[in-house]
Amino acid sequence: MWDWLKQNGLSPKSFYRTSGLCLPWLTVLFLGCAGFGLIDGLYIAPADYQQGDGFRIMYVHVPSAFAAMAVYFAMAICAVLTLVWRVKLAAVCMSCSAPIGASFTFLALVTGSIWGKPMWGTWWIWDARLTSVLILFFLYMGFIALQSILAEQHYRDRACALIALVGVINLPIIHYSVIWWNTLHQGPSISQLAKPAIAPSMLYPLLAMIAAFFLFYLSVLFMRMRNQILLREKHTHWVREVVLS
Amino acid sequence: MTLFFSLVSYELRITMRQAFSWVTPLVFFIIVICLFPLSIGTHSALLSEIAPGMIWVTALLAVLISIGSLFRTEDEEGSLSLLLLSPYPLSVLVFAKIASYWLTHCLPLICVTPLLGFMLHLPALQVLVLCLTLLLGTPALCLLGAIGAALLVGIRGNGLLLPILIMPLYIPILIFGTSAVLAASQEQPLSAYFAIMGAFTFMSVAMAPILTAVALRMGVSQ
Amino acid sequence: MNWIYMGGYGAYVWGAYGLTLVVFVMNYLIVKREKKQIQKRMNRFIQSKDHE
Repeated sequence: MWDWLKQNGLSPKSFYRTSGLCLPWLTVLFLGCAGFGLIDGLYIAPADYQQGDGFRIMYVHVPSAFAAMAVYFAMAICAVLTLVWRVKLAAVCMSCSAPIGASFTFLALVTGSIWGKPMWGTWWIWDARLTSVLILFFLYMGFIALQSILAEQHYRDRACALIALVGVINLPIIHYSVIWWNTLHQGPSISQLAKPAIAPSMLYPLLAMIAAFFLFYLSVLFMRMRNQILLREKHTHWVREVVLS
Repeated sequence: MTLFFSLVSYELRITMRQAFSWVTPLVFFIIVICLFPLSIGTHSALLSEIAPGMIWVTALLAVLISIGSLFRTEDEEGSLSLLLLSPYPLSVLVFAKIASYWLTHCLPLICVTPLLGFMLHLPALQVLVLCLTLLLGTPALCLLGAIGAALLVGIRGNGLLLPILIMPLYIPILIFGTSAVLAASQEQPLSAYFAIMGAFTFMSVAMAPILTAVALRMGVSQ
Repeated sequence: MNWIYMGGYGAYVWGAYGLTLVVFVMNYLIVKREKKQIQKRMNRFIQSKDHE
């Protein structure tokens, strides 16, 4: 079963074909989710009783932070597939995920900071969540730096997979030690973001936006992977046909 | 076990022969620490407050800067592939290298820390705690750094890449190392800090040599 | 008009959404440019192979 999957389902050639069929649907779904989320989140959902309209930043901040974490875990899963089972496609997926994940992390940091300005009165506080997202950004930067400096492709894939794995083992440790560090050093003033349970009318746009972020990730990932596959498989016959057609 | 110790003593003898290689990190450590009073002033209350963090960060930098060359001589001489072909488990050989690296590069730093602590007006109890946390924490720094050094073994001009790669992994150790000194200054119990740092170090002892060996094999078989 | 004002938070809210838009568009444009470059490279590669 696994061998069959590796031969047929996970081969670069069949992925190229399937992803080509999926891409338009992904784009349509993304536009639908994003449209619904934006209209509902910016216009229909009522203003928060504490934060007024400022809470609407949540609809881009929370999905980007969530997606940034999820992309890193996806990279770690691909890393295991690369190191243990040597799935070619997983290495492509891992290396193509990194820039997208880094851009989501950047977005989460900056929107968090924009949200913090009206809520906390300052652009940056050493809040546990902001700090651990910042460290996640550093992890992404390390991965991309390693990827860009290694020339030989096979070694690059395996080295990057190793560093992604080490990173993902450390991520929970880093996260909890930052939370603990934060409670140690925290002044007593800031507890505004301890949110009560979220109302459903605010929840639906949030879910839609999270779905939109994941669909966007998948569609850009597929486009990137298709580019990479063409480059990596350039000596094969099917790539020649694809390029010439 | 005998293999391990004979390897460590062999490495130590080599390092001692070229004194420059283990004196440099020490001099770097002392000079950087001395830059802080020169740049922020000699107000003793301020200095003693930031001294633990300062010493920890500088020790971390000293490790990061020097550990990149952990496998460099082997790589240049070509004896790295001999190491990989040897009948002994590679992770043990790697662990011996890291252990002797720690003995020659980190232990001297810990030995001069009391001196620097007193220069920065740190109370004696905190100096003691600081040394103990360094003693517990620096092995983990070396072990994690070795993974990066193995990954970048064939790459020239990797001076800044290794810190970028490895620094985020050092953050928990840094947090607990400096917090222990803070707790000592507030006369709180310390055993939990030492337990957590010990856990970090033992976890890295268990995992890092194996990962380093994997990385070395990947690099040489390319 | 009241909607754009966002109860005083207009600049922050629209700034955050605008930045999101920029990041998304950048992601898309980078892939598109990469695709064009790879297309060119592959064409050249195949031509050079045909010559041999």
